[in-house]
This record gives sequence, structure tokens and C-alpha cells, in this order.
Amino acid sequence: MTVGKGHIELAGIYKRFGEVTAVDGVNLHIPDGAYCCFLGPSGCGKTTILRMIAGHEDPTGGEILIGGEDVVGLPPVARRTAMMFQSYALFPHLSVRENVAFPLRVRGQGQAERFRAADEMLEKVRLSELAHRLPGHLSGGQQQRVALARAAITQPRVLLLDEPLSALDEQLRIQMRTELRRMQRELGITFVHVTHTQMEAIALADLVVVMEKGKIKQAGDAREIYSRPHDRYVAEFLGGQNVLSGKATGAQGGNVTVGLQGAAGLCVTLEPGRRVALGEPVDLAVRRDDIILRRPEAGAVPEGWSALNTRIKAIEYQGLFVKVMLDAVGEGEFVAYVAERDFFSDPMQMGDIVVASWVAERSLLLA
Amino acid sequence: MAARANTLAWFYISPLVLVLVPFFVLPILVVVIASFMESDGFGGMIPHLTLANYAAVFGAELTLRLYASTMKFALLTWIFTLGIGFWIAYFLVFHVRNQLLAIGLFLLCTIPFWTSNIIRMISWIPLLGKNGLVNSSLMGVGLIHQPLEFLLFSDFAVVVAYVHQLTIFMIVPIFNAMARIDKRTIEAALDAGASRYEIMRYIVVPLSKNGIALGSIFVLSIVMGDFFVVKVMSGGGSASIVSALFEDIAVLQYPSAAAAAVVLLLAVVVMISLILRTVDVRKEIAR
Repeated sequence: MTVGKGHIELAGIYKRFGEVTAVDGVNLHIPDGAYCCFLGPSGCGKTTILRMIAGHEDPTGGEILIGGEDVVGLPPVARRTAMMFQSYALFPHLSVRENVAFPLRVRGQGQAERFRAADEMLEKVRLSELAHRLPGHLSGGQQQRVALARAAITQPRVLLLDEPLSALDEQLRIQMRTELRRMQRELGITFVHVTHTQMEAIALADLVVVMEKGKIKQAGDAREIYSRPHDRYVAEFLGGQNVLSGKATGAQGGNVTVGLQGAAGLCVTLEPGRRVALGEPVDLAVRRDDIILRRPEAGAVPEGWSALNTRIKAIEYQGLFVKVMLDAVGEGEFVAYVAERDFFSDPMQMGDIVVASWVAERSLLLA
Repeated sequence: MAARANTLAWFYISPLVLVLVPFFVLPILVVVIASFMESDGFGGMIPHLTLANYAAVFGAELTLRLYASTMKFALLTWIFTLGIGFWIAYFLVFHVRNQLLAIGLFLLCTIPFWTSNIIRMISWIPLLGKNGLVNSSLMGVGLIHQPLEFLLFSDFAVVVAYVHQLTIFMIVPIFNAMARIDKRTIEAALDAGASRYEIMRYIVVPLSKNGIALGSIFVLSIVMGDFFVVKVMSGGGSASIVSALFEDIAVLQYPSAAAAAVVLLLAVVVMISLILRTVDVRKEIAR
């Protein structure tokens, strides 16, 4: 098998800081030229993995291969990776152009040559007119672009981004998100991006890696992670899903009936190869936008639908849709996203008794 | 309205004026005036304007020798305090991971200052003297057969005492400047491929420049204005600008002493303004 120069493979890497295990046996392939996002709450080990790929931290055990060669123990330059730091770590005493040219300066390039390269790079990030400013005189978004240009100027095979958007305000974050993706396409290199914002990950990444406590919970493309979460943790972290806990009460063909407190059995399809014992506690996920709210007097739900009787706890208008919070079943939230037009054609009120229903096939049995 | 604002502004700066005028401006004015008067030879001054005192200062070959000697001490002390102070500050800021420990070690540097300047100087005598610790140990291990004479009551001893006294004045401002360097910029430089030397040259030194300048001002101005260390540690063998000036005072030649003082003041002002041209110290203080 030939591997691209920006192909990354993590083989059983773990990292301990004293007593604490920050990364606990991670295996992962990141294809060459992919945009990969590590997603997880703070302290889940995602930044440690990034720093280990960058060469700022050595793994306690395991192998890191970039482009097919083991890079453990090599300095960042030899790995041909470049890192963009959280809060950017620009050199405050150097101008924007000098900042961007710095990696070339320490590679021994002459001033004229490196400034020409820096100016080209600044053009790519649309900062040409600010080349002579000091970083302290730039806005957050501009600083971010300088950091990106500085990281990209050496033509690394892998670019590592540590929470690159967290210092920006909401609007700018969405704008810079598009910018990052554009740069990644333009440069055609592997980007590894660490974030704790699920929307950022699924909007950007070809490969989303969800982490918890030093372990990978699920890795896959954005759509798969979002619409087919593996377990309760991933479903709840990504959001957009309601997770209902119950017990397997019966089976029928490829389907399992899940019994919930105060509800009729909910039908869910078993994935091939999956076995569930009768009486076993199981989690069921239903997408929030798959839920249709009916009034109880509208009659029974059609064949092949699951239904839960519940009450509206709160209603939030979100513009594109209406977020209807329903009386929770057990712990956790139970929410329906109702399309704005559908909702207002027959507006419901807080406290109304409703039937939450969904096509049974669309619900998922979680691990 | 403008007049009132003006009055108010004067009111605001009055505390500073009340301190600066009687304790700084007036004494200097007195010295400057005295430097233009004639001495009656018995400690009195004749109010008769003359440039003779300055002519004497600039005319004497001694002045040149004194300045050369003092500049030599200042330069040597500056080199050693800068070298030692920079590395101590660097070690404390970048190599001591535990911040509490770094502050503890930093305070350790100040312990010598808990005793008087004179005691600290005198304590060099049993160490560097003819039969002192250094000589007797060197002779004990057989490295030398005669005591080294240059250790005490020499220019060497003067520089040792200055460095001992003044290194802290380098450590404090440089430590302060370095502590403000974001550690991630060092990591970013490393990521960009910079070697240790390049990180030092392109990142750490430029970002510590203001601290270095501030420390240099302290050290140079103290050495330029000192006579006591030179007198004690050289055993009377060397003189400094101020020691000559002090002798003038001892023989009640106030006007010529005043003229020498004014010339020294101007020399130090020129020196400091040269240092300030290289850095913006205001930025360091205001940050």
C-alpha cells in the first residue's frame, strides 16, 4: 500500500503525566489531505494527541507514523508538521511579515527571498495591506490568519490546529471556519484540528474523531457521527439526538421492542450482528428533527411509527425551527425541532399534552 | 474655563512638585550655581561668576584618567552583571517549572541585601586576602606556591565587589521582562524550526531588551556615582570620579567639587539617554 506524504497513523499511542493517563491507547488512520477534527470536552486528551503528532510531546508508548515513517522522537521540523497554537502565539516584537517569514529565516533563507514568500502567503490569507503592522495592532481574526500563514509557509505535510477558533466571537468564528476549509483545499495538505465545538467539527471535517477520557469513542465522517452515533456519549455530545433509556421487552424479526416507563413499547431496528438479551437495559436515540408532534385528539399514529405521550415544558423560537422541550422521559432532555411553518400553522402552548411520534425505522439502538 | 482647568492640573501635580522641587531641583540648582563661583580657599565661596572651575576640570589630565578608570569599572561590571543576571533570570523564568519555587529562588537572590553594603564588602577580605580562603585552598591543593596578590586591594577586587552588589539590579528587571514572554511563543519558534540559539537571539533577547536596558541604567549609574567600593576594595590604589570629587570636598574646595559633579551629571545623562534611545523603557513601565 502506498501512503501519501500527509497520511497519519496513530498506533496504540498512550501518554501518562505522572499518575494521570491523558491518552489511553489510541489507534487511528488519517488519510492524506483529509480535514480531521478531534472533538471532545476539555481534558479528554485531544490536545495531547495533537501535541504528540506535532512533536511537542512524546508519547509514553505507541507509534506515530506520518507518510509511513515513524516520527516519534523527531523534532517538528523533521516531521514537516506545523502547528497553529491556541491564542496564536505570534511574536509580539515582529511585524506581520516578519512573523510569517520567521520559519524561513531560521531555515537560513535570505531576507529578500523569505519576504517574497511571506508576501505571497499574506496574499493568500488576504492580509497584504497589514504586512508592516505588529500583531498587537491586529484584530483577533487577523491574528488568526497571520498564525495560519506562519504555519503554512514552510509547506508542511500536516498542519495542526489547536482550538484555532476559540478566541473569536461567534460571527467571526463561522467566517474563519469557511476560511480554514478554503485554505485546506488550496494547500491540499492534511489538517488536524482540535475543538470542543461540535458544530465546528461537523461543518469542517472529513473525519470527526469523538474522544472521551483519553479514548476514541467514535471516528467517522461528519454525517455518520451526527446521524448514527455509536453510543449515548457521542449522541449527547454531538447533540441533535434524544436519548431514551429503557429495557428490551420483546423481539420480533429484526426489531426490538424497548419498554420505557409510562410508555408503550417503542420499536427499533437491530443492526446486523447486534444481539440484545431480553430485559437488558438499552439506549434508544431519535433525532430531534425526526419527531413530529400531534395532538392526542388527532387519532392513533400510523403503522410503523413510535409514539410517546408527553407534555410541552417550554418552547423556544430559533428562527429556522422551533425548539419544543418536552417532559423528559427518565433523565436527560427530550426535545423536538419543529419546522417553523409547521409549528405556526397550528401553534401549541406550554403545558399542552402532545404525542411525540417518529418513524420507528429512523430510531437507533445505541451501544 | 481653560484657566480653571489649568489651575486644577497644577493642583493634581502639586504633590510631585512638592517633593521634586525641594529635594531634587533646588539641590541641583545650588550645585550648579556653586560650580560657577570662586573659592576663598577656606570653605567659603565668593559670589563672583567664573568658569575657572570648569577650566580646571577639563584642563587636568587627571580628569581623563579618572573617567577612563571609572568607565573601565563600569564597563567590566556591566558585562559581568549582564551575563550573570541574564542567565539567572533566564533560568528562573524558563527552567524552573514550578512558579512558587521560581519566586522562592528569586527571593533567595535578595538575601545578601539583608546585611549592610559595608559588611558585604568587608566579608570579601577573609576570602580574597593574602592568607584568605581562596589563596590558602589554592596553595593547599598545590596549584600555586605563592599567594595571588591581585585578589584583594586591586581592580579585580573592585569589580568582584561591584558585581556582587549590583547583579540583583540586572536580575530584577530582566526577570520581570522575561516573565512577560508568553511561553507559547517559544514553543511556536521551536515549531517553526528555530534552534535554541535562534530562539535566544530572535525571541528571548529582543523581548527582554527593555529589562536589559533598565538593569544597565541601574548598574552603570550606580558605578559611575560610587567611590566607596573603589576606595575600600582597591585599598586606595585606584580612584574614581567621585573619590576625587570627595577629596575636593574634604579640603573645602566646594566650587571645584561642584563643577566636577555637574560634569559627571551631564556624562551620566548622556549615557542614559543613549541607552534609552535603543529601547522604549516607558513601554516597559506602563505595560
